[in-house]
Amino acid sequence: MRVALFITCVNDTLFPGTGKAVVSLLRRLGCDVDFPAAQTCCGQMHVNTGYRQEGVRLARHFTEVFAGYDAVVSPSGSCAAMVREQYPKLAGPGSRGAAAIAAVAPKVYELSEFLVDVLKTDDVGAYFPHRVTYHPTCHSLRGLRLGDRPARLLRNVRGLELVPLSGEEECCGFGGTFAVKNPAVSAAMGADKTRNILDTGAEVICAADNSCLMHIGGTLSRQRTGVRTMHLAEILASTEEAQ
Amino acid sequence: MSATFLGMPGNFPENASEAVQNSQLRYNLRKATSTIRGKRAGVVAELPDWQDLRAAGKAIKDHTLRNLDRYLVMMEEAVTRAGGTVHWARDAAEANRIVTGLVQATGEREVVKVKSMATQEIGLNEALAEHGIEAYETDLAELIVQLGDDFPSHILVPAIHRNRSEIREIFLDKMPKVPENLTDDPSALAEAARLHLRERFLRSKVAISGANFMVAETGTLVVLESEGNGRMCLTLPETLISVVGIEKLLPAWRDLEVFLQLLPRSSTGERMNPYTSMWTGAVEGQAFHLVLLDNGRTDVLADEVGRQALRCIRCSACLNVCPVYERAGGHAYGSVYPGPIGAILTPQLRGMSSELDASLPFASSLCGACYDVCPVAIDIPEVLVDLRSKAPHPAAERAGMKVAGWILNDHVRLAQAQRLAGRLRGLVPKRLPGPASAWTDTRDLPEIPAESFRDWWERGGRDDRA
Repeated sequence: MRVALFITCVNDTLFPGTGKAVVSLLRRLGCDVDFPAAQTCCGQMHVNTGYRQEGVRLARHFTEVFAGYDAVVSPSGSCAAMVREQYPKLAGPGSRGAAAIAAVAPKVYELSEFLVDVLKTDDVGAYFPHRVTYHPTCHSLRGLRLGDRPARLLRNVRGLELVPLSGEEECCGFGGTFAVKNPAVSAAMGADKTRNILDTGAEVICAADNSCLMHIGGTLSRQRTGVRTMHLAEILASTEEAQ
Repeated sequence: MSATFLGMPGNFPENASEAVQNSQLRYNLRKATSTIRGKRAGVVAELPDWQDLRAAGKAIKDHTLRNLDRYLVMMEEAVTRAGGTVHWARDAAEANRIVTGLVQATGEREVVKVKSMATQEIGLNEALAEHGIEAYETDLAELIVQLGDDFPSHILVPAIHRNRSEIREIFLDKMPKVPENLTDDPSALAEAARLHLRERFLRSKVAISGANFMVAETGTLVVLESEGNGRMCLTLPETLISVVGIEKLLPAWRDLEVFLQLLPRSSTGERMNPYTSMWTGAVEGQAFHLVLLDNGRTDVLADEVGRQALRCIRCSACLNVCPVYERAGGHAYGSVYPGPIGAILTPQLRGMSSELDASLPFASSLCGACYDVCPVAIDIPEVLVDLRSKAPHPAAERAGMKVAGWILNDHVRLAQAQRLAGRLRGLVPKRLPGPASAWTDTRDLPEIPAESFRDWWERGGRDDRA
């Protein structure tokens, strides 16, 4: 199966390891992975901060770059939700943009959706002998409704102990530019989230979004907790040989 | 008298940064909101048709708003037929003028009040006070706020920021004839309030209320409450004046079936609220006036995205699930409508010309918990994002976003920027200066990688050679 990887600008720039993990995982599962070089950013930051015009330009760019692929896979629940949930609201009804969006948006999958719904697997043959807790992230949970897909994938990872996170459904406080426009509230939410993470005794906090993990990880690191953040793709890409 | 929010200085981030440092406030809010949140989740989960009810509530409200002109006239005719008098108020000033005139015509100098958001919105108590008329709040929480010369901080539970020992102190300090040995036992506090209020109910000749719903077909007004104090006000006085936002209409009596299920389960987390009062026009010997309040609502109705905020039934479910509200508290929003609904309602009703009002659409992490619980399915994040595109942006931010947009709009420019960042990666300080310090004050920055994903791909990742 030929799959286009939508890496997202945050992963491309700051977390290339996540992208490499997606590539290695999908290849292991028999997919032919393509990375359309012209891709940049879904436009979420601009749209959600009130810069609609710039956001629409980036959305148009996205639909041009990814038109024609059978499946577009992204290691970001938030960016996948942007394309699927918010793009249709950006274009005027009946416009050419709306038609282009309607053609591309349904083919955009968050990684765990693609694995469970398209490749029909919840056991990717991974090995990761660590105590892990999972934060579902808001746009994965309430936007894409990923449900238990990530948890099912994690439970089937050999050696992995998945421990429940109390208050998991509550936002970590990142919220894109919210983190710097409302730093006090963002930090207070982050502090409560990290306290819940520490209470689990997990070594690793996992999520399907590196932007949330950047905020959670930045807080954990400032507090010198020693708890690591890891994207879901990186755990699923781990194998016994690689350990 | 309670304080007024109008003309409040500052902005949400500043107000909130003070509030998050108040550990007592955060404890009170966390405890109260998590209790109501749990109760709501329980009673909603027991209805298998909750999503259908929610869709029905949305559909009925949308239909009403689309035909508001027709239903308002229907309402006026029905109320008039039933012996009431209908007044139309374009804005707060006109509504206050009408109510003041009606009270003055009775010759009374004091009124009792049923808990009402509309009268808070227009600052009615303060307007009456200017004319020497004293308004007494009779809802227990509103009474606490009024006696404490305080601001309400929640739609349903205006004194949610107070705990019982603080309430005891307010009562001892401000309530006449309160027993000196008053404890902070909730039933003792309620008893003190009961004795205090009973006297007012028996003495007052004029009552002022709002309404949760108005039924156009019959001209009936509906108030839902827990304490029964509202019913005292609605039945005992000779004159009743109800100030109601025009969006509170429902077309027909049967529509109440939907809303009398949606509201109590969403607000107090009860299957049914203890008191539901309904009245149609005036009974003999009593006078009834209905003041229909616009105060910005028709402007909201004209906005294709924002108009869904008019579906709101003021249940507060969005406040109780909001992680931002829970930490910032209600006062930070500078409005009688705090929380997620306030963040979309206040800027629409008041405009965004003040710094505070312009900051409200940004008072959200867009986590979507509010939309999930809203009983009339208001897509609050959608409206927030739309308002953000209409809000004024700081010049430096505008410039930064323009540059970011320019870089992100072309993959060659993006790759060059990434390589530049990779080369400078060793030079980034742990604490950033200026606006960027908002990140590094509490969080470490991620390490910038030496090579971006796309460069890795070009270098050989494409063919599994890297």
